[in-house]
Parts: sequence; structure tokens; C-alpha cells
Amino acid sequence: MDWGVYVCVFDGGAGVSADGRPGGPVGYAGFGGGAIAHGGGAHAGGPHAGGPHAGDGDHHGGDGAAHFTLRGYVTGFIAAVVLTAIPFWLVMGKAFGSANITAAVILAFAAVQIVVHMVYFLHMNAKSEGGWNLLALLFTVMLVVIALSGSLWVMYHLNHNMMPDSMMNMHNMP
Amino acid sequence: MSELTKNLLGRLSWDAIPFHEPILLWTFVAVALGGVAVLAAITYFRVWGVLWRDWITSIDHKKIGIMYIILGLVMLLRGFSDAIMMRAQQVLSFGDSAGFLPPHHYDQVFTAHGVIMIFFVAMPLVTGLMNFVVPLQIGARDVAFPFLNNFSFWMTTFGAGLVMMSLFVGEFARTGWLAYPPLSGLAFSPDVGVDYYIWSLQIAGVGTLLSGINLIATIVKMRAPGMSLMKMPVFTWTALCTNILIVAAFPVLTAVLALLSLDRYTGTNFFTNDLGGNAMMYVNLIWIWGHPEVYILILPAFGVFSEVVSTFCSKRLFGYASMVYATVVITILSYLVWLHHFFTMGSGASVNSFFGITTMIISIPTGAKIFNWLFTMYRGRIRYEVPMLWTIGFMVTFVIGGMTGVLLAVPPADFALHNSLFLVAHFHNVIIGGVLFGMMAGITYWFPKAFGYKLDPFWGKCSFWFWLVGFYFAFMPLYVLGLMGVTRRLSHFDDPSLRIWFQIAAFGALLIFLGILSFIVQLVVSFWKRSSLRDTTGDPWDGRTLEWSTSSPPPAYNFAFTPVIHDNDTWADMKKSGYVRPVKGFIPIHMPKNTGAGFIIAGLSALCAFGLIWHMWLVSAVAFASMLIAVVVHTFNYKRDFHIPADEVLRVEGMRTRMLGGHV
Amino acid sequence: MSEVMLAEAEVVTGTAPRFHLATEHHPENGTLFGFWLYLMSDCLVFACLFAAYAVLGRNYAGGPTGAELFDLPLVAVNTSLLLLSSITYGFAMLGMQRGALRVTLFWLAVTGLLGAGFIGIELHEFAHLIAEGAGPQRSAFLSSFFTLVGTHGLHVTFGIVWLVVLMVQAARHGLIPENRRRLMCLSLFWHFLDVVWIGVFTFVYLMGVLA
Repeated sequence: MDWGVYVCVFDGGAGVSADGRPGGPVGYAGFGGGAIAHGGGAHAGGPHAGGPHAGDGDHHGGDGAAHFTLRGYVTGFIAAVVLTAIPFWLVMGKAFGSANITAAVILAFAAVQIVVHMVYFLHMNAKSEGGWNLLALLFTVMLVVIALSGSLWVMYHLNHNMMPDSMMNMHNMP
Repeated sequence: MSELTKNLLGRLSWDAIPFHEPILLWTFVAVALGGVAVLAAITYFRVWGVLWRDWITSIDHKKIGIMYIILGLVMLLRGFSDAIMMRAQQVLSFGDSAGFLPPHHYDQVFTAHGVIMIFFVAMPLVTGLMNFVVPLQIGARDVAFPFLNNFSFWMTTFGAGLVMMSLFVGEFARTGWLAYPPLSGLAFSPDVGVDYYIWSLQIAGVGTLLSGINLIATIVKMRAPGMSLMKMPVFTWTALCTNILIVAAFPVLTAVLALLSLDRYTGTNFFTNDLGGNAMMYVNLIWIWGHPEVYILILPAFGVFSEVVSTFCSKRLFGYASMVYATVVITILSYLVWLHHFFTMGSGASVNSFFGITTMIISIPTGAKIFNWLFTMYRGRIRYEVPMLWTIGFMVTFVIGGMTGVLLAVPPADFALHNSLFLVAHFHNVIIGGVLFGMMAGITYWFPKAFGYKLDPFWGKCSFWFWLVGFYFAFMPLYVLGLMGVTRRLSHFDDPSLRIWFQIAAFGALLIFLGILSFIVQLVVSFWKRSSLRDTTGDPWDGRTLEWSTSSPPPAYNFAFTPVIHDNDTWADMKKSGYVRPVKGFIPIHMPKNTGAGFIIAGLSALCAFGLIWHMWLVSAVAFASMLIAVVVHTFNYKRDFHIPADEVLRVEGMRTRMLGGHV
Repeated sequence: MSEVMLAEAEVVTGTAPRFHLATEHHPENGTLFGFWLYLMSDCLVFACLFAAYAVLGRNYAGGPTGAELFDLPLVAVNTSLLLLSSITYGFAMLGMQRGALRVTLFWLAVTGLLGAGFIGIELHEFAHLIAEGAGPQRSAFLSSFFTLVGTHGLHVTFGIVWLVVLMVQAARHGLIPENRRRLMCLSLFWHFLDVVWIGVFTFVYLMGVLA
């Protein structure tokens, strides 16, 4: 997410802030606020973050970081459409004989589409916020995997040991 | 008209007030009188304005930290009253004697005791310390989101208020502090108790989660120049890991409680006995939260001990890198052990073995930490100030508790000891020996920084010794009882041979009571004698980290100039290098404004919760809508900051120069 | 680390300030990172709801199953609306990047309408299910279905409210840094909800029909 947080540019003419002020009030706030961010700054070591003046990619260009581009959004959109349409078609058209194979395939498509969303819409990369965004995401994914697989494993065994009959016909237990 | 009344008053009626229970009635009278006295005093001294302007609406992390600690200490008194009642009941209620607490009441007492101690004593104390200390340690002026900080505090406080309210209006839950269904479901707990439990925790949980996000962002983004991750003080490292645990664990609690509340309010079937529900899923999910929660409590205490040991041994902490790695490993591993809380629920050998092994593995990094502290002390010039006493008490006590934990980690052993008094002894061993001793050490250590004078050492030592000896008398008998097979949460016993152990435990509780009393006396005496205990330099302990470079208390802006860091133990490094404190050239400082929005929004959410508890749907709807409106209105406020002019900074720094008596 | 400069105090004492900055220090703005952390916590809430659905999702209690209930063509329409709204939000961000206020407001409005359409269809679906006797109280499967999908819908609803508020604020104050930050936060939120929806339509609807 290498946004133009360090906004030093208001080109684009007509659309500048309604009251014409170049800066605008700064604020420490809850969501949506925060202190003025000046480019770079002698911030503490650790992973290098942000970089100076990550401004509008379209105009400045050439600083290598991901910005919003029309191309990026459209690519992501088309990929997402395809990755959505195929699973729907597979299930509605009963393309594979086996439900298990279909399930595995559509889950794979979902995983890929999530990555597409992350890259093209959420602009996820290893550089935004000095790598902390990606780190947070990976940590969260790890926990989600642990919570989901752990719960499934544990609950399967609990159900098998403690409610054995109902494992088979839980669908029909009143 | 009655439809309106039903929506307005719900199931609230005069029956909710416990007129027929003398203990509660007299408690209420005492609390009401005390409350009136406090309000009268505030009015008499005309400090309502000061209270609102300088404290309630403050977004200063130092003030918020202090308020958290006050909340924790006040709630400690309530939680401990519950403990005294339990000890008294268990010593009296043998054979024909039924004691003074009927089971209906006793069940609420142990539930409230657990909920209050974990959520409204330990969490606020830990959060308060981190709030106060971390920005100072990293050279920042405040946390990343100061308004959110204020809001988080009030959410926690209103959550505590809801629990306190349940004492006098309605009842509290009778399910134990984790409220397992089906007991906590609508069928078996149709009254307001579990609803009080759910909503107070949901509200406090939001506060805690936001606070976690706040502190992670602060530590990641706002460290002073030169402070790389491996140059941070160890307390800041443990704070970072703690807050990562908070952000990663509390959402699970929110989700689980939400599912339980859906079962209770809308008749869904997540945890019911029929229609496909599965109560074991609740236990599974709640402990996925619950285990990281106990590490949330202990890691800051470990951080405190690291700071205290290195300061009072006048030595750099031994094995800084391994301390950091141990903390990170504990953070990750804490997600892989949760099943050890329900080995006996029936998941079988393969699952139990896996989690038993991971539980044993997680004790290893903690062991590494203990060794590091010992190696720091070795050949250090140890000063036995009160924080150091608490630390040594911790090292002995926590190790014993940890060992009983490893014992419990063996599934076959746990099959005999699960839900016995052995378990109760174990977790009190580690929470009191670890968290509480850590908080007492931290409070004593940083008190002079917060208030400008030290705490009286004599009364501090009294408090420590009463607590230490009291703890062993109170809980070692419980290990014995547990090994003999006595179950937890019982309010009556038939076997008279058990009684002696409960009597010893009650004596221990009495000693702890004296320990708490000594602490209160210490606060009063220290205030009385504050001029003789004054900290004029800002560095009363010859500290090693940045917070000791500021005055005591620090100015609102913390640092007149942002520090530049070159080494670990930054302040020690600065002192060694002949640091000269600047006295001129100050610049205006950009600061956030105070605001009442946090208090108001939190108050409205508590009102909404009260309405939900009592089925006063109209009240809840209006409160919720008002809350949303208040939030939106707040976002329309763009002018949330101001500058402290340079000559104001000059004036404040000048005062410090004079107090330092001309020498730096 | 090169911001250490000589200041007046140091000239007086004769030493360069090694231990402090003589100029004002602006720490990096933490809002987007903080919001990302909030989204990670929200991810965990959804993970719990997915876990509950995974464990309880075949407990039909003798009642209707997913295959009997789910209207896949309607779900496909819903999915398209949400996906479209993601790209229209993207167009809004492109407009914001250029500083084009009117363009931004236009695409935000379109996004909001698409989101409202999504919610409308979902409410219609829920009402239909309840009318058929397949409400959240019928079985654990239905409880977890309604909760998971409903929580997602609540998030989208909240997003729409937020979007309207931001449109008003942008129209009033323009694309000042404060509002840009807020629009970026909403962008993260909106795309995140689409990511969760991928999980929902795959795991709940498609696999529900397969079972």
C-alpha cells in the first residue's frame, strides 16, 4: 500500500480541495486521522518504510513502487471475473463427476482469487509500511490456518469420541 | 401503552434490586455512602472542571495509563472481596453448617471473582503500565492514536461499571468466568446474569482490541531516530508482542461471545443441545482466545522484571537477543497449546498428545528468561529496593507455578487433576507470582516517574512480605487438596479432615488482605511524606532507559527535543557519554487536543448494553443510534490539535533546570 | 539519521547534539497501518465464523440443506455486484489520485449503489429463506449460515454508511490529506469485504450445493 500518503502533490487542477487550501487541517484523530506525515523523516531504523514523496504514480512515475493505475485495476477485475465464473460454472454445470474434486478445484480458485485481490486491489507488496503490512498479513493467515484446521481436527475427534452415533446422521438428528 | 412500557423497561422491575439479601443491601449502602462522599468532596474542592478537562477528556497517554491503573487497583478491592468471601465460606461450610453463602450466591461470587480479576484488574494494570511507559521508552510524544486511547480506556471502565452494577441490579452469571454453554445458554441461565457477563466483556473487549492496535502502530511507527527494533528496551519488546497477541486473540473472544448472545437473544443453535448445536465448539473457541490471553497478562510482567533486574543490578540485561527471541517464540507458540485446558473433554490420545507436547515446549523459552535474569544478577551490585524484592519473589514463586503447569501438561496427570483445587492453585501461583508481583514491581518502579515522588519503602516492604507469605499460606494447601481429589468451585464439604487445609488457606488470605492494606497505607503515607520522598532529578533509581531522562512527572510533551538513539540502554549510554541537557533553542510542539467524544461514545455503548441486558429494546435502539451519530459527528471535527508555543516549552524546561539545581 | 543539526544550544555548549534532534520530528503517519491491523483482527472474527460454519455446517437437524436452499444464479448476480463495486471504488481512487473531486464523488456514488444492491438482494434472500421455514433457528447449519453471511452483510452496510459520510466530507472540505487517508482506509475495508466474500461464496454457497 504505497499510497500517496506523503501527499506533496495536488496536480490535476480542477479537483483540488474545495476551499483551495494546500494543506488542510492536520489532526490527531481516531480512524481516518493522524499526524501530518512528512516524506521520509529520520524514522527509526528497521525496515525502511515509505520512502520520500511517494506521490502520484501516473504523473511522477518511475519510483518503482506500486500505485493505482487503471491498468492494474482492470487486470485484477478481469482476472477476478474469470476466477469467479469458472467455479460457478463447475458447480452449476456439474462438470466433474466427483464432488470432492470439484470442491478442491473451487477452493484452489478461491485461494488464487484472494491473492489477485490482495495484489491488484489492496496493492499488497513486501515494501508497504516497511514490510509490516505483509508481516501482519502472513501472521494473520497463519493464525487463521491454525484456528480453522485446529478447530476442525479437534472437533472431529471430539465428535467422534463423544457423539459417535450423531457423526453419521447429525443431519437428521432433531 | 404496555407495548411501549415493555420496550422501554423490558424485564427490569423492582424485583431486580436485592432488598431481601442483607449482604448485598449493606454493601450497596456502603458503596452509595462512599460514592456520595467522593462526589461531595469533588464538589467541595471544586475540581469538577479539572476532572473533566485534565483527566476524563485527556488523550495524554500518561494520564490514561494512570487512570487504567487506578481502575485496576479499585477493581482489585472488589475482586479480592469475592476471594475473602469464598475463603470464609469454604472454611465454615462443613457437614451440617452451610456457611453464609447459598450456592446460588456462591456461584456468582466465584464467577465475578474470575471475570473481575482477569478482565478488570490484570488487563487494566498491564495496559496502564504499557500505556504510560512505552511512548516514553521509545522517545515519542504520545501513542499513535491518542483519541482512540482515551476511548479504549472508557470502554474498559464502562465494562467494569456494568459488572459492578450487576451486584445491585439483577444478578451476575453463575457459570464460572468462561461461561460454558449449555449452562450459559438460554435454557439453563435465562436470567440477566450471563447477559451482564457477555456485554461487559464485549464492551471492554472492543477497548482492549483498539488499544492493541494503537500500541502496535506506536511501537512500529513512532520510535525515535536510531532506535532499531533490536535497540528497543525489553519492556517495549514485550509490549509489542503482548499487543500482537491482543489483536490476534480478542477478535476470537468477540466472535464467540457474539455467537453465544445470538443463541440467547435470537434462538440460534450454535451451542444448544439440540437442533445441531455443539457446546464443545464453544469450549474450543473460547480457549483459542483464552490461552493467548494468559500470555497477554504475563509478557508485560516479564518486561517489567527485565527492566527492574538490570536497573537494580546496575548491569546491562544478560542475553538481550535471546530475551527477544524467547518472547517472540512464546507469542507464536501460545497459539498451539489451547487444548490443554480441556484434555478431559474427550478428544482422544492423538490430539491430547500433540497439545501436551506443545505445552511442554512452551515452558522452555520462559526458562531461558529466568536464566537470563539470574545471569544478569550474577556479579551485579544488587540493590534490594522494593521492586527488586517483588522480582525475587516472582522468580521463586513463578517457577513453582510453572512447574506445576508442566505437570498438568501431561494428559494422564491432568485427567486426575483437571478442575481440582490443584489447577486453581497452579493458575493463582503463576498469575499472582507472575502478573501481580510484576504489576506491583512495575507500579513501585515507575511511580516516581508518574507522580514525582517515590513510594514509602517501609510500607512497600510490608506489603511485599504480607503478599509473599500470604500467597504461600493461601495456595499451597490447595495443591494438597487438589492432589487429594477435591473439586474446584464447591461451596460445601462433608469430609472434616479437609478442613484444616481450608483454615490454613483462609489465614493466607488474611495475610494477603494485610498486604493490600499495607499497599493502601503506603499510598497514603507516601503522599503525606511526599516532600521527603521527592524525585528531583527524574532518575531516582539510576535507570538505564529513556523514560528516566525526562522530569518526574514528565511534561505533557514528554521530550522537548526528540531523542536520537545510539545504543541499547539508551539513557545509560547517554549518561556515560556525558550527555548535556539542552536548555535553549526550543521549538513549538505539535500536540493533540483533549476531547470528550470517547467518554460520551463509550457511555452510550454502555447504555445500549444495559438495555440489551434487560430487554429494554427501545433504550438500546436509541442508544445505539446516538452512538453512531456521535461517532459521525466526531469525524466531522477536523480541528483536533494545537501547538505548544516555544516559550511555554522554555518555561517548563526552565523549571526543571532549577529543580535539577543547576547540575544535569 | 542525518537530521541531526547544530542548534543554538549546542553552539553555546560547544557540542553537536548527538542525542537529540534540533528540529521538529514528524513520525510517520500510522493511520493506514493501524487500519490494516484492524482489518487483520476483523479477518480473525470472520475466521471464527468460518470455523463455526465448518464444524456445524452439516448439522441440518433434519431440516433443509444448502443444496435445497441456495439459489446459485442469484448468488452469482450478487457476487458480480460486489466485484463491480470493487472496481468502481478503484476508479474513485484513481480520481482521488488525480485530485479530481467530482470524478471521485461520482464513482463513490456508483460504488455505494452497487453495494446497496448487494444488500438488497441479500435481504431478499434472507426473507425468502425465513418465510420458507429455513430461518436461523431451524438448525445449526442455518444458524451459522445466517451469522456468517449476515455479518458480512452488516460490514457492507456499515461500509455504505461510511461511504456516504465520506462523500459529504469530501464534498465539503475537498480532497485534503485527512480525507484522502479516510478514503484509503475505506478502500482497504471495501476490498477486504470482497476478499471475505470470495471465501463465503466458495465455502458456503458452492460447497454447500456440492455436499
